[in-house]
Parts: sequence; structure tokens; C-alpha cells
Amino acid sequence: MSVNLTLLAVMGALYACGIYLLLERSLTRVLLGLMLLANATNLLILATGGYAGLAPFYAKDTPAQDYNDPLPQALILTSIVISFAVTAFMLGIIYRTWVLARQDEIQDDVEDLRVAETPSFDAEDDAEVPMETSEFPLTMLGSDGRQVSDHASGSRHAPDGDGGETAVNTVAAGAKRIDAADAAAEEQPGSRNVTPGPEGGVK
Amino acid sequence: MNIASFAPLAVVLPILGAALTFVLIRHSRAQRTVSIALLSLTLALECLLLASVWEGGTAAVNIGGWLPPWGIVMVVDQFSSLMLVVSSAVSLAVLVYATGQGMADGDQDAPVSIFHPTYLILVAGVSNAFLSGDLFNLYVGFEILLTASYVLMTLGGTGPRIRAGVTYVVVSVVSSVLFLISIAMVYGATGTVNMADLAIKLADLDQGTKTLLHVMLLVAFGIKAAVFPLSFWLPDSYPTAPAPVTAVFAGLLTKVGVYAMVRTETLLFPGDSLNTPLMVAALLTMVVGILGALAQSDIKRLLSFTLVSHIGYMVFGLAMSSVAGLAAAVFYVAHHITIQTSLFLVTGLIERRGGSSSVDRLAGLAKLSPLLALLFFIPAMNLAGIPPFSGFLGKVGLMQAGIELGTPLAYALVIGGVLTSLLTLLAVARVWNRAFWRKPSDAEHPDPVLLAPRETSDTGRRGGRNNVTLLPRTMVGSTLGLVLLGVSLTVFAGPLFKVSDQAAADMLDRSSYIQAVLGEEAPVPLILTSGGGK
Repeated sequence: MSVNLTLLAVMGALYACGIYLLLERSLTRVLLGLMLLANATNLLILATGGYAGLAPFYAKDTPAQDYNDPLPQALILTSIVISFAVTAFMLGIIYRTWVLARQDEIQDDVEDLRVAETPSFDAEDDAEVPMETSEFPLTMLGSDGRQVSDHASGSRHAPDGDGGETAVNTVAAGAKRIDAADAAAEEQPGSRNVTPGPEGGVK
Repeated sequence: MNIASFAPLAVVLPILGAALTFVLIRHSRAQRTVSIALLSLTLALECLLLASVWEGGTAAVNIGGWLPPWGIVMVVDQFSSLMLVVSSAVSLAVLVYATGQGMADGDQDAPVSIFHPTYLILVAGVSNAFLSGDLFNLYVGFEILLTASYVLMTLGGTGPRIRAGVTYVVVSVVSSVLFLISIAMVYGATGTVNMADLAIKLADLDQGTKTLLHVMLLVAFGIKAAVFPLSFWLPDSYPTAPAPVTAVFAGLLTKVGVYAMVRTETLLFPGDSLNTPLMVAALLTMVVGILGALAQSDIKRLLSFTLVSHIGYMVFGLAMSSVAGLAAAVFYVAHHITIQTSLFLVTGLIERRGGSSSVDRLAGLAKLSPLLALLFFIPAMNLAGIPPFSGFLGKVGLMQAGIELGTPLAYALVIGGVLTSLLTLLAVARVWNRAFWRKPSDAEHPDPVLLAPRETSDTGRRGGRNNVTLLPRTMVGSTLGLVLLGVSLTVFAGPLFKVSDQAAADMLDRSSYIQAVLGEEAPVPLILTSGGGK
């Protein structure tokens, strides 16, 4: 199989520009990148057909190897139609993004950001529990000899093991540490991090 | 006249339905009737196809009478006919669910009337991909279903859907371009795109070219199937679509990718040249996916991550390239299509009943609607692989095949599989505990719907008091049907395993596929393995 060097070079340039544009954040450039990639691929398919030959119409006195290979051209035709449809659809989406957000950029995923910002502290699962969790929680000795009581367990600010004074629970939220109570408030409806429900958030 | 020669109708009927429903775009009742009737007809035809293939073996249909390897050929073997039946059953259930939702919400709006034609085109694309015996026709099938899925994904054009749609479209187009590049290279190397012909001609290529083509095809299909490093797009884009759309995407689209991977591995590039990287990818897909699921509080996102994670099981079964492993993978695909779709449908019901799909806002649903709790509980336990459900049987099959293989990597995958199964149980149990069991007053910020006084019935059109959206009978009925289908996969696991065993043996043997397409005298090249697995 022989290859046309010019077509090959053009194909390489199209791929390079296409990938470069695809990595941009602007949607229009992404679309241009996809179009270049699709056209580069069409050239690649064309190259698999080898050198140009006669049009593939059957004639009795033409030897078979003089014809051009018609299959790559049929494949290209199909792929052109498909990329045309997808490009039109992408343009529609880009226009819609512009109408909605007045921005030609890929928007961030709100829920994704929320999950990323959610503290690993879970008020229900991770609150400090007293050592004694039996059914008879009146007053018992803890393993360190000090008296512990289950009645204090409802408090979010659990007694500190050593000093006996109340320590404030902090949780890591991204780079900074914030108070656990504040972290819980972050998750309340109406906070910026929570998408409003169908009823429009809090009453 | 063999029933198998009607196989192209599995593609033609849905496309005909799409045309009819497009004409009937102003008559929603007629649209519903036509689409459900044609899809039922397709399902019936596919059941007949499965039966005929079971009796008569693999069959090939030459479209337009052009002989292979020049013409387009459609091949029905046990694997593809099984996939056709399962996918059509699932898409029929989802269609009924979606019409129920449309009727309950009033589907006079313009964008929703486009749903039926688009949905049927999606089904046609899926069927085309399953039936195609031609690499380029497989690409066309993918493009049909992807283009339909772009429209369904952005249905209504709201902000979040457009945002998710952009990512989805760009990723899908890139994977399609990769696939097209691979096809061009395959054609350049062999001069054919017919899969049976390729199976013979690819064997003559030198090892380097073969590996290049193999890797490129696997990467293209890996993006579509959401195998780990290429799975990032899925949890980002699926959850924002309407519930029935997410359900059908979760059930079918990734499985078409898995199907294409199976064909690549068994028919085009048999042997075990890339089994080690595939196994590593399978392990990472399982573990990373399920760890992502544990971090989510939104049920739809959680399920999207479990979807990614459980793709790992199928890739694991495929990577073993033994009959036992492949059979378990085939069984697992059929099981997972049904279960994952029913879970997404139930989530749609939860969202209607409880007002939200976030477990921080849900509570007390078990008391509010015991039927809903049952509908969630059965597929959830099935997904986690609790005996005696089909999820357990599929996983046991995979573990047995892995232990039979006996390499250290296979043992690592068996352990990873068990771990993933337990973590899946943890993830769904957390949903169960929070959304179904605790009191509404215990929720972090319960939805006002949950605190409202209890209604007497939870089916019917729409509750009067407190604007509680109740569950339409059609939606509950279709979900129930799908859950029952999932349970019946457990009950009929024996016959199903027999079918998958036979399908796996046929696929690894290759001779029935190649001879069905190219004729009895076609040479079937020997499979070269580098030792290790047999």
C-alpha cells in the first residue's frame, strides 16, 4: 500500500490542531477541535485506499488493479454525514449554554463540588460515642477508671478525655478546618452548596 | 425459510416505529400505542430468534444479497440473541415507565413529544450494534444509539442537563473518532472490515501491528463501557437526565461497549496477549468505582458509581478468556442490565414519592410506602450479591473461574471482587438505612413531603393534600415487572447459565461464527496462547 505524503502531513497537522483545541475550556473551540479530528480521520481512511485510480465503474477491458478502492470513500461518506449531524447538535448545545449561562465555557458540576466539599465528618456516624453503649446506661465505670455517663452522649461537644473541658469538634473542609456545627449548617437547605429541592428548598 | 433471516427486523421495526411516532408527534396517545406495540413485537421476534439460534446454531444474514466479506452481514449467535432479548425486555419496561410518567405529568410540552421517536432510534442502534457482523456497521450502530442518547440526555434543555450533555457528547465523540481511526487502521492492515474475515486475516499480521490495533479498539470500547481510567465521564453525566433515560442508559449503553469488547477479545484477537492489563483495569474499575459510590449522598450518583464498579466484574470474566470466565461474564451482563435498570427506575419513584434523590433529605420511606421499599430492597440486595439472587450466582461463577485460573493476579481479582461486593452492600445498606428506615424527624433536612400527614394510598394520580406526588400505577407496574424479571433470572439461573456456557464456548471456538458468515469451507485459524490460561 502506498501513501500520499501531502495528505499524511495535512492529516497530522489536523490531528495536532484538533487535539490542542479539544483541550480548551471554551466550547466553541472544543467543537472546532472535534471537527478537525473528524476530518483528519476522514483523510486517514482515504489514505488506506492507496493511490488514486480510475473511478470504480465496471468496464470490461480495465484490469482490476487500475480501479480506485471504493470502500474507503463509502466509509468517509458515512462518517462525514455522522460528524455533520453531531456538529449541528453540538452547535445547538453551545447556543443553549450561551442562552442559559451567558458563557461559552464548560460549567462546573454543582453536585460534584458539593461532594468534594462535604466534610468527612458525619454527624450521625462519627460523633464521639461513650465507651459504654449497653442497655443499662445509668452510671458505670469507664475503662480508664473515670465515670462516664451515656446521658451526655447527645451533646455534639463530647467531653475531652484528659482535661474534662469541652473541646470544639473541627472537621477538614478542603484546605481549612472549620467547626463541625458550621459544617453541618453548610449542608442545610438554602446554603449555597445544596441544590434546592423541587419545592424550592426550605420553607 | 429460517426465522433467523428475519433478524434485521430487530433494527427495522424500531426505526419504523420512530418514523411513525415522528409523524404522530401531535397525538401522544397514538404515539404511546405505536411505540409500545412495535417494541413488544420486536421483543417477541427476538425471543423467537433466541430459540431458533439455540436450535439451529449461529446464523448470518447478508443484507441486500451481497456476499460477505464484501456486503454488510448481520450475525445472530447465542450471545447476541441473548443480549437482544434482555435489552429489548428492559427497554420495553422503561418505555412503559416513561409513558406512565409522561401521562402523570402531562406530556403536552413540545420536547417530550420527541421522546418516543428518539427512544426507538436508540433501541434500533443498540440492536444494530448487537447484530452487526461488520466493524463499520458496528460503528454505525454505536453512532445511531449515541446520537439518540445525546438528545435524550439533554431532553428539556435545562442548565444541569446541558452541562452534563456537553461532557457526555464530547467524550462520546472522541471515543467514536478513536473507533473510526481503529477501523481505518484495521482496513489499511487487512483490507476488510468484515469481522469473520478479520478473524482469519488478523492472525497473519505481525505481533506489533496486531497489538496496536487491539489496544486502539479496546481503548475506544473501554470509553463506551466505562472501564476505569476511562470511566470518569459516566457518573458526571448520567444522574442529571430524566429517570427513565438514566435507567435505559445505565442498562444498555455501557453493556454495548462491553459487548464490543467481548467480540474484540474473542473473535478478532483471541489468545491472551492483553489479558494482564485487562485484569488490572478490571480490578481498578471495581475498587475505584465502588469507593466513589461510598462518597455519594445522591442515590442516582451512587448508582452511577456502582454501575462503573460492576463493569469491572464483566471485564474480569472477559479477561480470563476461559469458557467458565466468559460464561460468567455473559451471565453477569444479562443480570446487570436488568438489575441496574430497575434500581434507577426505583430511584425515579423514590424521587417522586420523597421529593428528592438525596439520602440527606429522605427518610421513613419504608413506612410511607412499603411497596416502594420492597421494590428497592430486592434489586439492591441482588446488586450486592446476597444469596440466593442472580448477582450472587454471577459473582460465584466469576470467583470459581478465577480460582480455576489460579494465577496471583486472578486471586487478587477474586479478593477485589469479594471486597467490591461487600462495599456495594455497604453503599446500598446506607441508602436503605437513611432513606427507608429512619424517622423523617431524624433526617438532616427532610423534604417537606415526608413530614406531611400520611396518605392512605400510594398509587394513583396525584394526592390532593399537601401536594404529595403519588406514584402512578403504570410506573409502579413497569418497575415491578422489571424487578420480577430480575428475580426470574435467579429462578431460571440454571437454563440461563447453560445458554451463557454454550455462548461462551461458541465464542471461544469461533468456528461456528466464521463458518456461518463465510461458508462451511472457511479456514479457522488456530488460537495462539502464550501458556498460562487455557
